Amino acid sequence: MSAPVAGSATSADDLELLARLRRGDEAAFTQLVERLHGPMLRVAMIHVGNRAVAEEVAQDAWVGVLAQLDRFEGRSSLRTWVLRIVANRARTRAVRERRTLPFSSLDGAAEPGRPAVEPERFLPAGHRWAGHWASPPRSWGDVPEERLLSAETRAEVGRAVELLPPAQRAVITLRDVEGMTAAETCELLELTEGNQRVLLHRARSRVRRALERYLDETEVAR
Amino acid sequence: MTDPMAEDLECRQVVEAVTDYLEGAMAPRDRLRFDHHLALCEGCQDYLEQMRTVIRVAGRPAADAVPPETMAGLLRAFRDWRR
Repeated sequence: MSAPVAGSATSADDLELLARLRRGDEAAFTQLVERLHGPMLRVAMIHVGNRAVAEEVAQDAWVGVLAQLDRFEGRSSLRTWVLRIVANRARTRAVRERRTLPFSSLDGAAEPGRPAVEPERFLPAGHRWAGHWASPPRSWGDVPEERLLSAETRAEVGRAVELLPPAQRAVITLRDVEGMTAAETCELLELTEGNQRVLLHRARSRVRRALERYLDETEVAR
Repeated sequence: MTDPMAEDLECRQVVEAVTDYLEGAMAPRDRLRFDHHLALCEGCQDYLEQMRTVIRVAGRPAADAVPPETMAGLLRAFRDWRR
């Protein structure tokens, strides 16, 4: 059972944009670049691990996109198609430069995972309510929205994402930062659905811990 | 037969199953057990809400600006392609 695959088919908006691109409409192209260049850079970064190289790969991928535009068959969203092109080029580039860091060399889901929550926050074996919360999470319902969505809080979450092991970082970046579907993420990272989910779970759990720590600390500081 | 709800989940299991739950990747029976636990457990309700907040805060707020020189270069490529 998988989450619904939004963006799996070409939408009416995509088709219109495509028609304009094929006519050579510069405004349409500018719009597409504004929408996709950032995500392309981040997909490239996952594989090449270097900002300058990622920028080169993304620019090069745009040339590839244009060269193949007439062959785009509309079986996926335009975004998925473009990101597939950049992912392929980034992988090729990573292999050529023999970088060992990239994510393709790691099957992070095979590593034993840490528990999502520190074990000591649950009641111990032998207790009548063993395995239930000893120290439950607090509701964040009273944290003002502008605080949660502030640049500081976002930066803290961004730092927590940066500190994740590469495979977890790749998955949470595509899913939660970029808002891609599970299917798109599996395809771009060549992961099975099950592995994608395990990595997402570990990543989100760790980031939650970091955010909890941050919110608790800054609360005390007030 | 035994009532499927009789074996209640522990909170410790809930926090490990939360992603499967949010991803809609649970068997119907497991989902039912999860919902049952959630209905009775404020700690796990708050935990689930926290996970939703993490997803929201992690999301990119806006499209990033493309540097003008990058855009200019790409537009040149676009014009070449049209020819």
